Amino acid sequence: MFGKVIGRRLIFSAFILIAVSLLVFGATLLLPGDAARAILGQQATPERIAALNEQLGLNQPAWQRYFSWLGGLFVGDFGTSTASGGSVAQLLSDRIGNSFILMAAAAIISVPLGIGLGVYSALHRGGRRDSALTGISLVFAAMPEFVIGIGLIAIFATSVFQILPAVTLAPPGEPVWGRPEQLILPTVTLILVVTPYIVRMMRATMIEVLDSGFVEMARLKGVPETRVILRHAVPHALGPVAQVVAIQLAWLAGGVVVVEFLFRYPGLGQALIDAVTYRDVQVVQAISMLVAAVYVVVNLAADVVGILTNPKLRSAA
Amino acid sequence: MTTETTTVHHDDANVPNEKIVLRVSDLKIATTSGNEILHGVNFALSRGEILGLVGESGSGKTTAGLACMGHFREGLKFASGSVSLWPRGDDTAVEVVELDEVAVRSLRGSRIAYIPQDPALSLNPAMRVGEQIREVLDIHQFGASDAERTERVAAVLVDVGLPGDKAYQKRWPHQLSGGQQQRIGIAMAFAMYPDVLILDEPTTGLDVSTQAVVLETIRQMTVANNVAGLYITHDLAVIKDISDRVAVMLRGDLVEEGPVASVLEKPQHEYTKMLMAAVPDLDGRKTIGEGAAEDPEPEPAATHILMSTGQSADSSGSSNSGGSGGSAASAKGSATAAGAIDAPLLQVTDVALAYGKAQILDGINMVLEPGDCTLLLGESGSGKTTLSRCIAGLNDDYSGAVRLRGTELAKSTRKRTNEQRVGIQYVFQSPFSSLNPRRSIGQSLTVPLEMSGEGTAASRKAQVEEALDAVRLGRSFYHRRPGDLSGGERQRAAIARALVNQPSVLVCDEITSALDVSVQASIVGLLRTLREEHHLAMLFVTHNIALSRHIADNLAVLNKGVIVDYGPTASVLENPTHEYTRTLIADVPKF
Amino acid sequence: MSTNTNNLDDLKSAAVDGGEVPKESQTTYTPFFKRVLAQKQGKIGLTLTIIVLLLAFCGPLLLPWATGNTATEFVAKPFSPHGLFGSDNLGRDVLSRFFAGGLTLIIYSVLATALGMILGAIIGMLTAYVGGAFDTIIMRLNDVILAVPQLVFALLAITVLGPQGWVLVTVIGITHAPRIARVARSATLGVITEDYILAAEMYAMPRWKVLMRELLPNITGPLSVEAGLRLTYSIGYIASLSFLGLGLQPPAADWGLMINENRIALSIQPWGVLLPVIAIALLTIGTNLLADSFARATASTSVEA
Repeated sequence: MFGKVIGRRLIFSAFILIAVSLLVFGATLLLPGDAARAILGQQATPERIAALNEQLGLNQPAWQRYFSWLGGLFVGDFGTSTASGGSVAQLLSDRIGNSFILMAAAAIISVPLGIGLGVYSALHRGGRRDSALTGISLVFAAMPEFVIGIGLIAIFATSVFQILPAVTLAPPGEPVWGRPEQLILPTVTLILVVTPYIVRMMRATMIEVLDSGFVEMARLKGVPETRVILRHAVPHALGPVAQVVAIQLAWLAGGVVVVEFLFRYPGLGQALIDAVTYRDVQVVQAISMLVAAVYVVVNLAADVVGILTNPKLRSAA
Repeated sequence: MTTETTTVHHDDANVPNEKIVLRVSDLKIATTSGNEILHGVNFALSRGEILGLVGESGSGKTTAGLACMGHFREGLKFASGSVSLWPRGDDTAVEVVELDEVAVRSLRGSRIAYIPQDPALSLNPAMRVGEQIREVLDIHQFGASDAERTERVAAVLVDVGLPGDKAYQKRWPHQLSGGQQQRIGIAMAFAMYPDVLILDEPTTGLDVSTQAVVLETIRQMTVANNVAGLYITHDLAVIKDISDRVAVMLRGDLVEEGPVASVLEKPQHEYTKMLMAAVPDLDGRKTIGEGAAEDPEPEPAATHILMSTGQSADSSGSSNSGGSGGSAASAKGSATAAGAIDAPLLQVTDVALAYGKAQILDGINMVLEPGDCTLLLGESGSGKTTLSRCIAGLNDDYSGAVRLRGTELAKSTRKRTNEQRVGIQYVFQSPFSSLNPRRSIGQSLTVPLEMSGEGTAASRKAQVEEALDAVRLGRSFYHRRPGDLSGGERQRAAIARALVNQPSVLVCDEITSALDVSVQASIVGLLRTLREEHHLAMLFVTHNIALSRHIADNLAVLNKGVIVDYGPTASVLENPTHEYTRTLIADVPKF
Repeated sequence: MSTNTNNLDDLKSAAVDGGEVPKESQTTYTPFFKRVLAQKQGKIGLTLTIIVLLLAFCGPLLLPWATGNTATEFVAKPFSPHGLFGSDNLGRDVLSRFFAGGLTLIIYSVLATALGMILGAIIGMLTAYVGGAFDTIIMRLNDVILAVPQLVFALLAITVLGPQGWVLVTVIGITHAPRIARVARSATLGVITEDYILAAEMYAMPRWKVLMRELLPNITGPLSVEAGLRLTYSIGYIASLSFLGLGLQPPAADWGLMINENRIALSIQPWGVLLPVIAIALLTIGTNLLADSFARATASTSVEA
């Protein structure tokens, strides 16, 4: 039964990835008339344009290009970067790890922090600590990530204190985690952006569960309050919150772009901005597909959590 | 009707009595913003007895019941008074509302147990049922060993009539029926051999037959365990069935208290008398809702169109032809002339409906003549709402035919002609859902006229105002919004919407089930008056067999999509031909 | 048990018991706007939003007063003769660029939000109302768009079409739509089972009238919350794109762009960065607080005591 539900989700995930690939590839067809000229600019020589057309395979019909591109994705061939001339896979492989560190660090801290603060807020509903937490999370949820990032830089790196580096220095060959202090500000920025959403969702769900009949019943059975919360209430709140966490993690994959640009962090986001600036279509396509894959994976994980915490789905579905 | 609502003090309940287990004295409870909800309530519970706590919605009966456990819902707080408990084998009383959290927790579930209203919401859906019973025993450290607790879980399950085996204990709540879930709740309550039991409308969501079984279980368990019970309900019939004494609550006051027989047969307080008069009885010895139709703002002089319709109906015996009814009325008139000779007003022939394997309706045949009222009786899942929606054209998945004056109607209301749509009007079950909260009563009531394209804006307004008068709301309700109205007022407005077009058939789908018993009585009274005034044919759909003699000439009993008994009300009730009807009549709490 | 149980006027009045949670329709009605302003969030949010809006709309009118100097120093210190907040790295007056830089951002954000709201509300209401295969297919397509973060989507569009105003507005608006459609759909599903919808169907009310007269007025609450949220996000995205150098192009005066251009000099001339950062922060906080107070105002129909 369980396998069947998951199987259905897997098929749907595959459908999403295929559809996204169509969308991402289809976007390139919107490139104005002469794509190669648009990329290289008006001063390009005819030879260079012809070479680029050859390189992009623009002489073939669109569907052929789509299938060879899609086929390439499966074997890790993401095409050739038009800006640098190197392979896209090579360009990205150096950076995937860096971005992953940033995202993983932010996720590991913000998920438990958000859940904890949300539960705390719900238990003190209506009180002063609850409204303070709600207010703070509203403020941080509102601001774009670069605003928060610049605020942190102004406070910790330039204007007020000068205790942390404002930008990432990564000499070639040295990994970013070689200097852990330069990871702090980007990670904190991401945490400050992601956590408020988790707090708010956890709080709302917990309040709903705490008002439910079975929580009142547990209290009327004489169940101690800690057990009421941990055994009866929290498990019911985890399913819905897993969905929000998944959306937030998927967002991390996109929102990391701005943060990396701000801190000059050598990750995928930075590569994406460069690629957009140079209209390096192959790189933009590859990164879009990677981001969609992250979305699909975290959503699958959230579905599993949802099924595991709900016996109705577990046994009946 | 204004009634003095001071709390009564019954001496016999307050004299020292060794049987008394729990005494509530002068209990006051307020909202956190300071509004008093309970104004000083007194009652006592004795071992082996059940006290019925009766009241309509908003009377504060659940609040009083939960206070016995030292529990106050979100937004409420204890104000003053006392709740004293004499636990078994203990001579000194415990003051429940003054205990600290740990002490009160040790009483809950062990000395005072609670059986909730809706078992589907009160059992933890993510915990196996055996584990939920076991949890009570673990927390209160029942017995000496693990084995003893395991044994107790199985034993108490058997006590409430469920299998006690391991496989059953491993089930999830959603795998049990409503009746079984409620018995798990009862088992949980009795697991620790409590002294006091608080029962909060434990049978409200259940069918009559399931209710009978659950009530029987509760009664047996109470006697066998010598427990003092507090049974909270709005249903006087159930009270008569199960309790020894009864206390009546009204808006936070306890207005009358005493032995069941004396309170129900010789009520002293105005409110109790009114309640008693409002409860429908199966034998139909009294007339419920008499005069109640006239109650809110009677303005009889203003109802000239509908009155004249009524008069013409009285004289000619056919349907209306009054006022600004214009084209529709004349069309109806001709239809009547053509079909009146042989065809009945409304005829349902071989109506059947199935969704996949589930046969919802199976070969339904019914006839309704002008001025007739047929009561369609069925429990939940019998298909009664589906049938009434097929007739109204809201459900077009059926096969068979619905005929109005001999003409077969299209299945969907959108495909029916204007006159056909106007001819059959449908009133929805919940008055809280059937009126658009964003629109005024007047706007909502104008819709039928607007859609049938009759008259001018002014004439429509006049018709709506007359309909409001006819349901005894008065035209001042025209500009009000549903949010300002009580449930009964909303239901009257919904009935008025069905009347503006002067229909010949009115389908009423469980229209009193969401209402308090006194409001139900006044609605039933209103329908009776409207039938006479407008010569309406009516299909009254309900689960409440006790209403049959109060409203209907004919009775149709629907069970699993089949009409099992059909005939004049009196003969069906006195000589039921089908086994199902017989059990239904036997299971209904006698009043 | 509901708390207002003791203000019943007569014996027959039926209050709503604890079992039936009062819905929007069941309590006394206070106008939406009053309910919003009765809350602290509502007041603060509206004040912040209005302040920044005034600044952005009236700022350009103040330019003649604010400019009037052409500093030649590379970076002029604030509070110097070269303008109140100094000049930027090209010697342009920071204050005048700040005054001029908010208008486009706000106009673009409002347009993108409006586009998303119209598309999303129509899609959401139709899918819920029509149901069946139409609903399934549209919602599946929605999920596809949801799989790519909005910012990445915008970057993809900019790569192909270039950093132009209409591209920003269209792509942000279109990627808002599926998210708004989800909200509109579930709000509609909550209302569509109500009997008053069925009653309208019963009287054969034309379907567009059912949607406009019976449905839409009953989902304006959730939709207004969504509009507030989406406006907050639109401002964030468009400012972010400008900050990345992919929105408005130099030499346009724009808050996001200003931050990008001046952040190198953050330690010596912070005002070129801080002024626009503070303005964007206040604006987004203001709109988000407003959205939150819309949500609270929707949840209860009367003003909390």
